[in-house]
Formats: sequence, structure tokens, C-alpha cells
Amino acid sequence: MPAAFCTKTDCPEVVCSMADFVRLEYDIDGENFTSAGEASVKVKRSLRQMGFDPETIRKVSVSMYEGEINMVIHADGGKATVDIYDDRIVIVLADRGPGIPDIDLAMQAGYSTAPDNIRSLGFGAGMGLPNMAKYTDEMKIESEVGVGTTVTMVVKV
Amino acid sequence: MKISEIAKLLNAEVLCGEEELDREVKSACGCDMMSDVLAFVKEQAVLITGLCNPQVVRTAQMMDMGCIVFVRGKMPPPEVVSLAEKADIVVLASKERMYVACGVLYQNGLSGGSVLHG
Ligand SMILES: Nc1ncnc2c1ncn2[C@@H]1O[C@H](COP(=O)(O)OP(=O)(O)O)[C@@H](O)[C@H]1O
Ligand SMILES: [Mg+2]
Repeated sequence: MPAAFCTKTDCPEVVCSMADFVRLEYDIDGENFTSAGEASVKVKRSLRQMGFDPETIRKVSVSMYEGEINMVIHADGGKATVDIYDDRIVIVLADRGPGIPDIDLAMQAGYSTAPDNIRSLGFGAGMGLPNMAKYTDEMKIESEVGVGTTVTMVVKV
Repeated sequence: MKISEIAKLLNAEVLCGEEELDREVKSACGCDMMSDVLAFVKEQAVLITGLCNPQVVRTAQMMDMGCIVFVRGKMPPPEVVSLAEKADIVVLASKERMYVACGVLYQNGLSGGSVLHG
């Protein structure tokens, strides 16, 4: 992106504010289940400041939160990019984790490979990916075993 | 029901949000699976749970729930309470078990509310 198109705002996560969208970027720390979800909380706050309606904000924050948790418990963290347009919000969660061998199986409600310690923390019920699909208008999973996973979600405003 | 009444009915300690105890809440959700909360909560403002980790607070925050009740005598660590404080969430801690806590509140008029389907 040419630097000339960038305008700094007072929101620290804003990487680039182009003519028609604002980009927020976050590194998701895979070592730390305690901090998992911090990026989603920040996105939620930003969307509220920008004046989006509560329904849209909830869809984006819940689906991103589940995706963020997945990157932490299944993939050693990764990168989250949120592009905010007037009519849609695009969330891209990219990791270099183990990948998902069978995406159809992973999408099934209740399917989970999460370890017991994660389950005792309230996650790992195999509802994350189904929740993400439910709350978003479009969802795409690209994954290669041993290379990583990229989940792209679109919420229309 | 006011949050102060929840605290009274459950004999609960107020860990943060003292100044918000007058807030009115209509319905609640009792749950230990955070993904279920994320999937089904609609307008329930109170989360009753036996879990005590930061993700409970973030889940409540995502769902705009303004009050968390920790049951079974679980005491959340200070960092969990301060996270809730920052998010404007009232935190109560009660010795009641989940089943009893939910039953008492339900009986006193705090409903389950409606849930999201699909
Ligand atoms: N980013 C990811 N990298 C690798 N595997 C993943 C990723 N996200 C999801 N999975 C796989 O898909 C399964 C289902 O995910 P999900 O529906 O979120 O349930 P849960 O996280 O509760 O296990 C996970 O248990 C895991 O095997
Ligand atoms: Mg998950």
C-alpha cells in the first residue's frame, strides 16, 4: 500500500486508512490462552466508536473471538486483519499452525481435537467453527496440513 | 430484577461494580461452556458460571452481558476481576451451587429469556 494513502488516526491499531476502508491488524500470541480474545475486544471497541449497529458488532466480535481462540489453542497464534468498509467487514485470520486435514469434519458441530485442559476452561466443545459460520454472511477456510490455515469471514452491514 | 437483589438472594459477595448494583436485568444464562454462551445468548444480561478464567469475562463482554455470578464458592483471581471492572461488568461470587443459584433466581422472577436459533 503506498504510504501516501495512509492517514494516521488516534486508534493505535489502525494500520492504514484508505479511501474506502480502514484496516486493523493484530498479532495473536499463541503461547497465551489468558490474553486470547484481546484483539476481538479491541475490534469491538473500534466498531462501536465508528458507530456500527449492535447486531453487526456482535456478529463480528463473536466470530472473530472464536477464530482468535482457535488460533491460540490449535495453531500457536497468528495474525488477524480486519478491513472495515461502509457496507461490510472482512476478517482474515491467518496462522502457520498444523492445518486442518478434513475441513468438512472440522465444521461439524461437536467435532473437536481440543485437549481436556482447554475444555475445562470453557472451550473445546467443537462449536467454534459452526458459530463463526452462523454469525457471518460468508466464511472461507483455506488450509494445508503442515503449512497453516487462513479463515476469511465477511459480515455485511 | 436489580443486580443488588441477585446478590442478596444468592448471599453473594460483590467483587466489583458496587456502584452498578441498581442496574435492572431481565434474564440470565447459567453455563460453563463459553461456546454455548456465544452461540445462544441473545439479550440475557447475567452469566452464572462455575468457571473463573479471563475468557469468561471476554465472553460476557462479547455478548454485552453486564453481570457475572461465580458460583460454587469459586473466587476469581484478581486479574479476572480487574478485567471485568474495565469492561464495566459487575462481578458477584456466591457459595451456592449452579443448580440452586439458577433455581433461586428463576423462582424470584429472573427469566431464561429467549435464545438464538439456527
Ligand atoms: N486454526 C486452526 N488450525 C488448526 N486446526 C484448527 C483450527 N481451527 C479449528 N481447527 C480444528 O477444527 C476443530 C473444530 O474447531 P471448533 O469448531 O472451533 O471447535 P473447538 O475449537 O472447540 O475444538 C478443532 O478441534 C481443530 O481440530
Ligand atoms: Mg474453537
